[in-house]
Amino acid sequence: MTTTITPPATAPVSAERKSREARRRFAGSSITTLTWLLAFVFFAPVIWLVMTAFKPESAAASNPPVFFFVPTFEQFEAVLANGAGAYFLNSLIATGLSTVLVIVLAVPASYALSIRPVKKTSDVLFFFISTKMLPVVAVIMPIYVIAGQIKVLDNIGTLVVLYTAMNLPIAVWMMRSFFQEVPAEVLEAASMDGAGLIKTLRTILIPMVTPGLAATALICVIFAWNEFFFALNLTAANAATVPVFLVSQMTSEGLFLAKLSAASVLASLPVVIAGWVAQKQLVRGLSMGAVK
Amino acid sequence: MSKAEGWRRRGPLLPALIFTIVITQLPFLVTIWYSMRNWNLLRPDGNQFNGLQNYVDIFRDSTFRSSAVNSIVITLGCVFFAMVLGIIFALLLDRKFRGQGVVRTMLITPFLIMPVAGATLWSISMLNPSFGLVNWVISLVGIPPVDWTSQHPIVSILMALVWQWTPFTMLLVLAGLQSQPKDVLEAAQIDGAGWTKTFFWVTLPQLRRYIELGVLLGTIYVVNTFDQIYLMTAGGPGTASANLPFYIYQRAFLGFDIGQAAAMGVVVVIATIIIATLALRLIFRSFDAKD
Repeated sequence: MTTTITPPATAPVSAERKSREARRRFAGSSITTLTWLLAFVFFAPVIWLVMTAFKPESAAASNPPVFFFVPTFEQFEAVLANGAGAYFLNSLIATGLSTVLVIVLAVPASYALSIRPVKKTSDVLFFFISTKMLPVVAVIMPIYVIAGQIKVLDNIGTLVVLYTAMNLPIAVWMMRSFFQEVPAEVLEAASMDGAGLIKTLRTILIPMVTPGLAATALICVIFAWNEFFFALNLTAANAATVPVFLVSQMTSEGLFLAKLSAASVLASLPVVIAGWVAQKQLVRGLSMGAVK
Repeated sequence: MSKAEGWRRRGPLLPALIFTIVITQLPFLVTIWYSMRNWNLLRPDGNQFNGLQNYVDIFRDSTFRSSAVNSIVITLGCVFFAMVLGIIFALLLDRKFRGQGVVRTMLITPFLIMPVAGATLWSISMLNPSFGLVNWVISLVGIPPVDWTSQHPIVSILMALVWQWTPFTMLLVLAGLQSQPKDVLEAAQIDGAGWTKTFFWVTLPQLRRYIELGVLLGTIYVVNTFDQIYLMTAGGPGTASANLPFYIYQRAFLGFDIGQAAAMGVVVVIATIIIATLALRLIFRSFDAKD
């Protein structure tokens, strides 16, 4: 920040300015310290979770808490030996396939809503977002009964369809905002060259909104990977996902805190890493989907 | 516009629209049908049409009312505290300092932690009465241990929820701050406006749409909260901390009372639609203003 006023070149004023500078620098560094302190407090549960995961069981649930210990991989090994792999595979399939489906459906839809608006665009957008307000408990019983009748209970395909429906409204909203950033001239030029929908999307639009596409996909991945309610009620031995596995760790054999923490770390790790790597897209995605 | 042109415009929208209608609206119609039946899986003679009897019963059900109140308290409480903390964190992050990236990474992590993992972390590692970290911290300043999840179930759930959702509001507000034109801020400073004046008269109004959006999306997700309640308190003690999603789940999957649960679902949907329509129209107006 530069000040536009040039001070007269006299010694006392310059000294005063120096002390003001010093005060500002001090205020700045105290705010920095405060920021670090708050962030540490806020992040402490995560540190505690990771620490507990590396503890021997005897040190995990102790009073007073143990802060120094010899880290062990014992709990992670126990979790993996407990058949975590199958659940991770189910989660991977449900998350991956539903995210691909969401993008395939949302891109043309949001294109139609932004670049070549259909009538009543805001009504259609309102409809999409209103489906998110439908409490899932209000539809779980019919879904359960119907899935039972057509024999798709405990089936990954069922979760893929439901996760797609769950994320599609948000994806349409986000993608629409990214498409609206594309200048109209570019599209006019494409249509004058006689490019059809598919060609325009593939060669012009998609490349221009790649960061937005990544952001949208990331949000879908987060919500699908973490989804618990449908998975709890609609899956059993074959199609159960990671959150269901995590809960089974807690209830089946009493409480093994260190093992549960190791399972929690493993369960959260894919999304945490993806979110850390793609922070910029996450910020952009959340805000653009929103406000444009 | 010709008919063919109209279809060419509408065409790309249709797959998503039809898919959404089939998967979300049809089951809801079936729910309405169930809600008018006397259908309890535990009673073999059940499943006849009984009109609006289920709805009459709901309004006599005091647990339904207390769950509705809990839903409101949990949703408003979480969105409010997450928004206030989110604004504070965003303001602190919106300046250049050493380790900015690391701090931002730390602050967004709770949003990325699986909610099931977050809920068990809070109920066991943090809030357990005998070895929880929170009780150890408050014991350092001489406060006796508290059995959080049984004595203060709603406060416990709120702690976990606010922790999970603050990063979300923080990211939104941060995006708003970063898109705010810097010259306005400098102009305010040159005009001699202090920090608080600048914040309330310049920054906050510019953040309005971001805050509204955070409240809207936050409410949509938080009102459906299930994981934290299922894992931290199971709606207890008794039904003290049950919210509507959890209570309906209990009636349907533990009480097998399909008719009752369906009727509750319908009531919740109608209430949500009324509130949401009012709220969304309000927000849409502020969105449309710029278009």
